[in-house]
Amino acid sequence: MYAQMVKSEATTEDPEKLAAFQARIDAGEKIEPKEWMPEGYRKTLIRQIGQHAHSEIVGQLPEGNWITRAPTLERKAILLAKVQDEAGHGLYLYCAAETLGVSRDELTEALLSGKMKYSSIFNYPTLNWADIGAVGWLVDGAAIMNQVPLQRTSFGPYSRAMIRICKEESFHQRQGYDIMMKMAQGSPEQKAMAQDALNRFWYPSLMMFGPSDKDSVHSAQSMAWKIKINTNDELRQKFVDQTVPQAEYLGLTIPDPELSWNEEKGGYDFSEPDWSEFFEVIKGNGPCNAERMEARQKAWDEGAWFREGLMAHAAKRAARKIAAE
Amino acid sequence: MSGEWPLWEIFIRGQHGLNHRHVGSLHAPDAEMAVKHARDVYTRRNEGVSIWVVPSAAITASSPSEKGPLFEPSNSKVYRHPTFFDIPEDVGKM
Ligand SMILES: [Fe+2]
Ligand SMILES: [Fe+2]
Repeated sequence: MYAQMVKSEATTEDPEKLAAFQARIDAGEKIEPKEWMPEGYRKTLIRQIGQHAHSEIVGQLPEGNWITRAPTLERKAILLAKVQDEAGHGLYLYCAAETLGVSRDELTEALLSGKMKYSSIFNYPTLNWADIGAVGWLVDGAAIMNQVPLQRTSFGPYSRAMIRICKEESFHQRQGYDIMMKMAQGSPEQKAMAQDALNRFWYPSLMMFGPSDKDSVHSAQSMAWKIKINTNDELRQKFVDQTVPQAEYLGLTIPDPELSWNEEKGGYDFSEPDWSEFFEVIKGNGPCNAERMEARQKAWDEGAWFREGLMAHAAKRAARKIAAE
Repeated sequence: MSGEWPLWEIFIRGQHGLNHRHVGSLHAPDAEMAVKHARDVYTRRNEGVSIWVVPSAAITASSPSEKGPLFEPSNSKVYRHPTFFDIPEDVGKM
């Protein structure tokens, strides 16, 4: 998922207030920004929504990499629209986080300083056009798995942002699968490219859900607050069960010799990704971490004169208007 | 100084004949840019026929902690609802 390993904050507040708050959540009520909430709830949400927003924004980079090299004008227009949607998702989520008392600039600076993270998946490169298919199919597919239940999250602005995002996501996954179908039905070379993309993106996609958290205290608190709806393992299992038949339809092989149907549990048994690789990527040592952060830093620095210029222009016009009245 | 663009609340009329509805917020340097950004952020799929933008700072909201007393007057007046009155069936539709 887009927010991995979000630590929940311990809360030390009036037990009576906490119980009343929990009762509201249990009754399915939405919590709105100006209402009382435990500090831990606020801080955990800022961290989670912020990380989610950063992922949407950084996630534009691996796909943006292929906009100018899309194989047809139609594919280019589609990819451009998809990447533009991701910018929109980032903006919805930043606004939701800002209702909790953090500013947009603070969030951006926390990303740039490395204090806040984004999803590990965007630290992998998109080497060729088949990767764009694999990203839409697998990465957006995994994101949807996580985002659909979050529409029911207890924090009103987060829930509303997720509802908007989910409406737009299925286009993303379908355009990716459509690319994979074209490639898989193409020449042997094209099919080999599709298989290679699946081979490289399979385990990083499984990592998106984060390591197993069924015994984690943080996770239990977040679930009680309905900030988190399912465990990481539940979501990963659902993702595998949904994706395997889709790969079969393409005539592609999931790169996991241990993959097998388990009749008893009604799902697939599959291999865990290499978690040591995941922790390295989270620490900043993935194949593209440095490149991604450089691109964000450059955009921030080089956009400064523009942001300031428009503010100066707006102030001048407002002053002129007052003078004329 | 903090050069952050101010926050605007965005309202969109989805279809002719409907009210504008709050859809979210965004940052923009001025009203004109706020409308343009709102077009890009909130109407990428034909979601609207009209956009209003309002500086967030200009909105006065009722306080959540006074929800009870504020809305109490309407709570206690059940006779405002038509179902409060029993009208015999013989009278016909009313
Ligand atoms: Fe997205
Ligand atoms: Fe997406």
